[in-house]
Amino acid sequence: MIPPATAATSIHVAVWQVAASLALVALAAAISFWQKADLERDIAVATGRSIVQLTLVGYAIHLIFEADKIWLVLALLAVMVLFGAITARHRAAKVPDSFGPLLIALALAGGTTLGLVVALGIFDPTPRYLVPVGGMVIGNAMTASAVALDRLGDEMGDARARIEASLALGATAREAAAPTVRRSLRSGMIALVDSTKTTGLIFFPGTMVGMLLAGASPTDAVRLQLILLYTLLGSVSISALTATLLAYRNFFNSAAQLTEPRS
Amino acid sequence: MKDDLAVLFELRQVGLDRGGKTVLDSLSAGIPEGATAIVGPSGAGKSTLLRLLNRLADPDRGEISYRGEPLRSYEPLALRREVGLVPQLPALLEGTVESNLRYAAELAGERLELEETLGHAGLDPSFAERDVKKLSVGEQQRAMLARALAQRPHVLLLDEPTSALDHAARDTIEAALAELRRELEISTVLVSHDPDQARRLSDWVLRLEGGRLAGCGPLAEVLA
Repeated sequence: MIPPATAATSIHVAVWQVAASLALVALAAAISFWQKADLERDIAVATGRSIVQLTLVGYAIHLIFEADKIWLVLALLAVMVLFGAITARHRAAKVPDSFGPLLIALALAGGTTLGLVVALGIFDPTPRYLVPVGGMVIGNAMTASAVALDRLGDEMGDARARIEASLALGATAREAAAPTVRRSLRSGMIALVDSTKTTGLIFFPGTMVGMLLAGASPTDAVRLQLILLYTLLGSVSISALTATLLAYRNFFNSAAQLTEPRS
Repeated sequence: MKDDLAVLFELRQVGLDRGGKTVLDSLSAGIPEGATAIVGPSGAGKSTLLRLLNRLADPDRGEISYRGEPLRSYEPLALRREVGLVPQLPALLEGTVESNLRYAAELAGERLELEETLGHAGLDPSFAERDVKKLSVGEQQRAMLARALAQRPHVLLLDEPTSALDHAARDTIEAALAELRRELEISTVLVSHDPDQARRLSDWVLRLEGGRLAGCGPLAEVLA
């Protein structure tokens, strides 16, 4: 069991420190303006949203920690799954009716991975662990399933002739789509697999940085980061697999015919 | 339909729309066993009609029957193994020619006679190990034909199988198809925009224009 992060609770970040960090946002906006990248507005919106969203989430988490009720945690995670599926659906625009597969994929990825880490005794089933870990798990699952379905939508368009040629031989929809499903699943998983390979060499992952800044020992920071990386690998594979396996069916009808692409 | 020819497909008032446009309009015609060609200009609905015959799509209106039974009463996957289709452009799976043929034979539950099947498509045995990516378009199209034949179909639907090919490659495919008619008891339905090709490869002709039937009957009557 991970020990309570006593050091982490002792750190205090003042509002002026956050405000000072906005200097770097100004720098980013200046670079965009200077190079005519046309991102100033987006940077402003992103900064504004990050302040509002994170502050609100901070209050929500504070309330949930105070209340210490498991049903509140589950409700928060359910909301994350719902918004995750809605967000991912925009990236998977070429996949017909992608919302259902995404919702199931995120719920399954979140439920299975959190259930496993609790069952294995890695984390306590308390809000202090389930909320942050659940947020990371669902966020990464959302990215992976969105990337996988984005690729699936492109591939189903590009490989239409080959898929139909397989159907013409009497292959089932699943058999005909198998190479496409395989490549889409790979796309969804590869980013995290690659970043796991280079972690510590090329970049320091966020959790480790956060713990070190908060005063935790490097050993604890590394161990917790490893646990989270492996948890994320599990959740990303479950979500990408579930989303692609459910979503490819939406390109076919019950007579194993490719449905007309959306214009 | 002539009385001495067994009916393979019967079309009754078949209609189909795509994107708000009528692609096939009230087609009623018979396709007998043997060699049939569907001819007509581009956009006449030839390929669309062909895809209806092995249920890669279903008509919006009317009915098609196959050997006297409604096409919709056939299980699509089993029907497609019996009524094979070679598309206009080659679409082989990654791998060798042999792996493509094996895939098709396994789907149909047939034992693959590799050399014999390649031979029927005008390919010599050395093609078995060739990577499909390294074949010319003409060779790929013959591999597509061999792949369809690996399923030992009763009917072969051919969608402009030589449209992407030069004359030499076209002649090889046509020779292979003519050989097939002599050696195997396979009925063929060939889509072609070229009336001369229809004359060389068929006995019965359906002529489409703008999605409507403009002629149906023996070759000599329709393409006189």
